[in-house]
Amino acid sequence: MLQEHAKIVQFISLANEVNGRKKLQKMVYIAKKMHFSFAEKYELHMYGPYSEELTLRVEELCEMGFLAERCTDKGSYVQYHYHVTNEGTSFLETADAPHDMLGACIELLNGKSARFLELVSTLLYFDHLEKDEQVEKVRIVKSKLNFSDEEMDNAFAFIDELEKVSVQ
Amino acid sequence: MAYKDQKLVEEKVFKDPVHRYIHVRDQVIWDVIGTREFQRLRRIKQLGTTYLVFHGAEHSRFHHSLGVYEIVRRIIDDSFSRRPEWNHEERLVTLCAALLHDLGHGPFSHAFEKVFHLDHEQFTQGILLGDTEVNAVLQKVSADFPQKVADVIGKTYPDKLVVSLISSQIDADRMDYLQRDAYFTGVSYGHFDMERILRVMRPAEEQAVIKYSGMHAVEDYIMSRYQMYWQVYFHPVSRSAEVILMKILHRAKDLYNNGYVFSQEPVHFRSFFDRTFKLEDYIALDESILLTYFQLWMKENDRILADLCSRFINRNLFQYAEFDPATEYRKIGELEQLFREAGIDPEYYLVTDSSSDLPYDFYRPGEENERLPIYLQMPNGELSELSRSSDIVDAISGKRRTDHKIYFPKDVLEEGKEGNPLFERILALLKK
Repeated sequence: MLQEHAKIVQFISLANEVNGRKKLQKMVYIAKKMHFSFAEKYELHMYGPYSEELTLRVEELCEMGFLAERCTDKGSYVQYHYHVTNEGTSFLETADAPHDMLGACIELLNGKSARFLELVSTLLYFDHLEKDEQVEKVRIVKSKLNFSDEEMDNAFAFIDELEKVSVQ
Repeated sequence: MAYKDQKLVEEKVFKDPVHRYIHVRDQVIWDVIGTREFQRLRRIKQLGTTYLVFHGAEHSRFHHSLGVYEIVRRIIDDSFSRRPEWNHEERLVTLCAALLHDLGHGPFSHAFEKVFHLDHEQFTQGILLGDTEVNAVLQKVSADFPQKVADVIGKTYPDKLVVSLISSQIDADRMDYLQRDAYFTGVSYGHFDMERILRVMRPAEEQAVIKYSGMHAVEDYIMSRYQMYWQVYFHPVSRSAEVILMKILHRAKDLYNNGYVFSQEPVHFRSFFDRTFKLEDYIALDESILLTYFQLWMKENDRILADLCSRFINRNLFQYAEFDPATEYRKIGELEQLFREAGIDPEYYLVTDSSSDLPYDFYRPGEENERLPIYLQMPNGELSELSRSSDIVDAISGKRRTDHKIYFPKDVLEEGKEGNPLFERILALLKK
């Protein structure tokens, strides 16, 4: 029980801190696509794959006091940062241990920008398509972001890198 | 005449309790409705287990799909038809997407998806693009037409206005299900002035917007939605039925995977238990099949499966208590231990369940939730986000309400407490 909540606390604990709601959404989605076990259901939204269930879970965890949310004013918008509280650390004692490779995967993800993860996650959302169709789809649904060819290449290279730390 | 432009010699109508009539003139729409995959929706209830609380809620996804189609047809053919922002070339794809948006729902959709880790949206895509009767009809329009319909439903279609008619915070899907579910459950919430909303709906570049004068009709719609969620959709007793339904499927799956020999072979489920299912296996399932198995499994030798099925079929549901996960997560561990000591498997008989709803939210660039807001078209032509003009909507914007419950078989605990003080302890802990 509450194992799915625990997995999110564990995820943020392994990352130490996650900067941005969008970034957290994309990190969990990409980890899920790398076959780590997360139950949150995703759909394609404004910034690529998005899970209402994850938003809810994170809000609940903040209300429960297991996660702390900190805001930074970025001028045109507010950025939210998440870290695990002492209560959250105690709560994790009731959880199963995470997969061995999850920490390495999270480290790779946390080192990238939200914009880049938005591109990577959207490409992965269309990973049932051929590579050129994937790119074409991303250019349609993300037309305003004008991703360059170089960014596309970097995203595919990053996906290859991630697969080395995925659940086989 | 091209198939996409063919009209029926005589308009067909479906009598409908919510919209009075559903009008069909397009041959393509008529042909899609006749396919086996669309007809299957007659055998899947719109509200799953809710009929165990509101006995009128026996309406199907077939009703709802026709209703969404009719609302979109009225928007396109009446409200948008003479407006330059609307591209008439998008008419047929929009109508087909409205009609087919729920095509991939399975029996007791939510529970079935959770247990077998499925996504009905993927099945919608699979039915639209696979070797199906629906695909054959859509292919007759053009080779790329099934993909276009799939893209609208999958929200990846380039014309965002088309997507917004079926999927946004004020879309035809919600407008139909709120009214339809209110009608069939018999509750007095869920009513709003849809005719007015359709009259003041305007096509814009990225989505449909509402003329300023229609703000109060939209307020009413948002409040209806809020009330329906808490009064109907999250009713604790229908959640209890859903909890039991999920546990039945879990138990059957676990038994199968552990080599249990069923008296009634789970032929229809086998491919889901071992994850070898094909699209055809999914299409073959409906709620009548699940209910038949539940009836038969009431006589299984496995006591847990037989008991859960009997509870579902005979509506002997679990009792519930309030539960605060923040302060009581350790209590769950304690209860699990006590249940085990009492010989009751907590995996099947002690269940936490949460419901949550966000009635309306607006978009803040860069960070916040990813919901496209509702825009009002102001007298000067500018667009203004709804909660800036409406105090009522502002009051509930971004306010999420969550409810946690713990479900358990109170009848078993009450019955056993005379002979076993452990049962008394469990009941006392649940009452705290």
